[in-house]
Amino acid sequence: MGAAASTGGKASAGWIGLAPAALSAALFVWFASLAPSIADGETLRVAWSWAPSLGVSLSFLVDGLSLTFALLISGIGALVFLYSNTYLAGHPQFGRFALFLTAFMLAMLGLVLADNLIALFVFWELTTVTSYLLIGFGHETAKGRRSALQALFVTGAGALALLAGFILLGFTAGSFELSEILAQGDALKDHALYLPILILILAGAFTKSAQFPFHFWLPNAMAAPTPVSAFLHSATMVKAGVYLMARLHPGFSGTDAWLWTLTVAGAFTAVFASLMALRQTDLKQALAYTTLMALGTLTLLLGQDSGYAMTAFATFLIVHSLYKASLFLMVGCIDHATGTREAGLLGGLARAMPVTCFAAALAALSMAGFPPFLGFIGKELKYAGALAVGSEPILVAGAMLAANALMFAVAGVVAFKPFWRPAGGPLPHAPHEAPWPMLAGPVLLAVLGAVFGLYPDLLQRTLVDPTVASLLGTTEDAKTLQLWAGVNLPLILSVATVALGLALYLAHGPIRAALARAVEAAPGFDAGWDRFLDGLKAFAAWQTRLIQTGVLRTYIFATFATVLVGLAGTMAAKGVWPAAPDLSLANWRTVALVALIVAGALLTAVTTSRIAAMASLGVVGIGVAMIFITFGAPDVAITQLLVETLVVVLAAVALLRLPVLDKPGERDRRPRDAVLALGVGAVVTAILLLVLETPLDRRLTDFFETASWPEAYGRNIVNVILVDFRALDTFGEVAVVMIAGLAAYALLRTTAERRETTAEKGEGK
Amino acid sequence: MEALLALAIGVLVAAAVYLMLARNLLRFIFGLVLISNAANLTIFTAGRLVEGAPPLVPVGLDAPAGTVANALPQALVLTAIVIGFGLFAFALTLMFRAYTTLGTLNGDEMRVAEPREPGEGSAMR
Amino acid sequence: MNSIILRAGTRALSGLLLLFSVYMLLRGHNEPGGGFIGGLIGATGFVLYAIAIGPAEARTALRAQPQNIAAVGLGIALLSGLAAALFGDAFFTGQWLFLGATETDKGLPLSTVLVFDIGVYLVVFGSVLTLAFAMEEEI
Repeated sequence: MGAAASTGGKASAGWIGLAPAALSAALFVWFASLAPSIADGETLRVAWSWAPSLGVSLSFLVDGLSLTFALLISGIGALVFLYSNTYLAGHPQFGRFALFLTAFMLAMLGLVLADNLIALFVFWELTTVTSYLLIGFGHETAKGRRSALQALFVTGAGALALLAGFILLGFTAGSFELSEILAQGDALKDHALYLPILILILAGAFTKSAQFPFHFWLPNAMAAPTPVSAFLHSATMVKAGVYLMARLHPGFSGTDAWLWTLTVAGAFTAVFASLMALRQTDLKQALAYTTLMALGTLTLLLGQDSGYAMTAFATFLIVHSLYKASLFLMVGCIDHATGTREAGLLGGLARAMPVTCFAAALAALSMAGFPPFLGFIGKELKYAGALAVGSEPILVAGAMLAANALMFAVAGVVAFKPFWRPAGGPLPHAPHEAPWPMLAGPVLLAVLGAVFGLYPDLLQRTLVDPTVASLLGTTEDAKTLQLWAGVNLPLILSVATVALGLALYLAHGPIRAALARAVEAAPGFDAGWDRFLDGLKAFAAWQTRLIQTGVLRTYIFATFATVLVGLAGTMAAKGVWPAAPDLSLANWRTVALVALIVAGALLTAVTTSRIAAMASLGVVGIGVAMIFITFGAPDVAITQLLVETLVVVLAAVALLRLPVLDKPGERDRRPRDAVLALGVGAVVTAILLLVLETPLDRRLTDFFETASWPEAYGRNIVNVILVDFRALDTFGEVAVVMIAGLAAYALLRTTAERRETTAEKGEGK
Repeated sequence: MEALLALAIGVLVAAAVYLMLARNLLRFIFGLVLISNAANLTIFTAGRLVEGAPPLVPVGLDAPAGTVANALPQALVLTAIVIGFGLFAFALTLMFRAYTTLGTLNGDEMRVAEPREPGEGSAMR
Repeated sequence: MNSIILRAGTRALSGLLLLFSVYMLLRGHNEPGGGFIGGLIGATGFVLYAIAIGPAEARTALRAQPQNIAAVGLGIALLSGLAAALFGDAFFTGQWLFLGATETDKGLPLSTVLVFDIGVYLVVFGSVLTLAFAMEEEI
């Protein structure tokens, strides 16, 4: 991605790239202006009716939780737009990129602000689709396409479960408005459907936020351009699942199912992901896995309901977004400047890229959890939150310690080694400092991490306390953010983290090699995904072969067999059979006509001669016309005769150019088809006989007979029906006739043109 | 009288189905013509038969004198015949086009849209 | 088909069939006939002409493209239905005008229903000829 960008000669993409940045900045300012009143405990709610009969409304709610998310989305969004404007300058598809990213940002804002389950789901899916488009931005490569599809399938499948969960939840609670559902308190947790709803919704949240075992799509999603990774796959979209769990926390938390699912999934994801992060050599991949670790930690914290855990959640959410977006953008700068992201290759960049180095150092120190950065406060709170866990605090704190120590080591690999250690080999490009629009984002975000660390009060009242209030309903339990809380257990754990992390960093070479060997030996989720898709395709192919043979006769046979079984089966099941037909009233003329029709039909069926078949078809047609004449339908009879003439003429024209019916020596004998045909014929006769046993409803006929002359001034009732009473039907029917004529004409014309072009080609040779 | 026609319709349908199941598409089209005729006769017969009395209002009267043939099914059948002709003509040209493009009239051989899978037998029946 | 008798006879017969088709169309409201039948009869005349003398000549004799005739017919049928809106009636409500009506005689009836039937006539006539000419020429 970076290579494609650096080829562009222009320094910026112009207004098309700056407009979204301005939009995000304006939104950020607007959300920030709401912060004081939200901090005072107010909420802002607006609603428009959408589909009232379904309980769907377009309602939005701004409270502490959604405001925090909205500020992160619009704020980081503005910086990322500014960054991409330079990073992707000159890219031929920059307009498309800007459109996708803007669409994503608006969808994400809708997601975190929506107060209606269905509206939330719609925005949720919009982020899935825009994320798919952004991951697939480099769709020229097979890898890009595969990653995009994988993310779409995994999160899309989860979203289907989510929708089912939302609908169940809406009907259980009697409302689709989130604020009304959550106001019901404990009633939901005691409901019989609580567990199914929880499982379905968590399936959606876990796939979106890449919790184990659905984690594998996120590292692959790094195929997207780096600004996208920074925005979607660390700071915003992947946190949608976390947001949803936080949003539902007041109504769902506190049960064993909630506690254990979130704690176990979160803890396992965090440890597993930080191990995997150390194994990576690509800086972006390493950051991707640390994002997984952060998501796991946030999930783990949401499993609890202590004030410490919630404060830790709110703080770590902000910390992580700040340093991770900064680091991603920093990696983009390195990639942009040197043309590589390989940890083994990069080194000694501090001299060439001092500003990048500065931002990276600040962000990495926050990530590693050094004082006086916000990351330190976040880490202390995480430990405090882990120790406040109701059961197994040692296990949870242990998992967190392992994850944090690994994080420390990864921070060293990503942000220390490339700048201060010697390079591992020649770099593709001579490094140079990135232009200012690309530095603004990482520097600002990294500096904010330090400022908030030194002045935690700035965050405490505006964002952390209101978020805790959204989660717990009160700010009483919100803990104070402070750098120095005295010598306590969290501080001791912090010191242990630094020691362990340092050791891990120094030994990261051998550890990485060992991890790589272990990962290659173990069955991978990514490979399992491929096998799953292959299996699905094989199954689809198998059942398609079974149903769709590609042979027209099979389809027709199945259709008629269904008709036969359906009709005869129903008649047998209901026990209705027609009485023996009474043929005594038939006169000799009708008998003769019927004999003519039957003979013509049978001859058409068995003859091997085209001429004989045409002639017997003609006999049938004329026989039917005679029936119409005999039974008082002169209009129909005339039409039938004329059509019969045209059929014969057109068929005769076509027959001249078509081959004989059967090849010499072949006879068309199909006993199985004959049995089916006789069965269908018998059923049709039986049904018609049954119809004739019921009395005729003459109401319509009586109306037409009495109204035809007095009201429509016509003595030919059939014609009056056609052109007056049912003129609209007739209009449709003549339109069909015209379309059939035009379609046949078009078919023949294209054949002729093709023949001419082939003939011309032949002459050319 | 109606019962007799019901039997004839059964024979027409049987012959039509048999023809539509043939390999040769020309036979399929013959079957199509027969089944159109059968359908028209079915509608006509279901409206009951009245011999020799077309549904016309005599001059000087406001309604037909005595029992006349049922006009409603006649109106339905009349348009159905014309549409049936359109269908026939379209099917005929489609088949003709298929023949000039693919060089065969055997429906089993026409596998452009759904090609034969590897390992599949050449003829299914 | 180079029989002089056939060619000469066909010219006369086609003209007669066309005339007869118009007659069948106009009487259709009170006697057997109407737009469908009239259109089919008229088309049969030209199909005969095309077979006996040649499709190119038949097209010349027809002057207009058959698919255009069909389209115009559909347009006429639609307009006759829309005309009801001018009188505030529902789509396709028949409107009547009796020219020279007296106490005993209704005079010459003119109606949108007749216009509609003319539209049907033209659609059937044009569509069938579109098909028939194409098949005669291309096959």
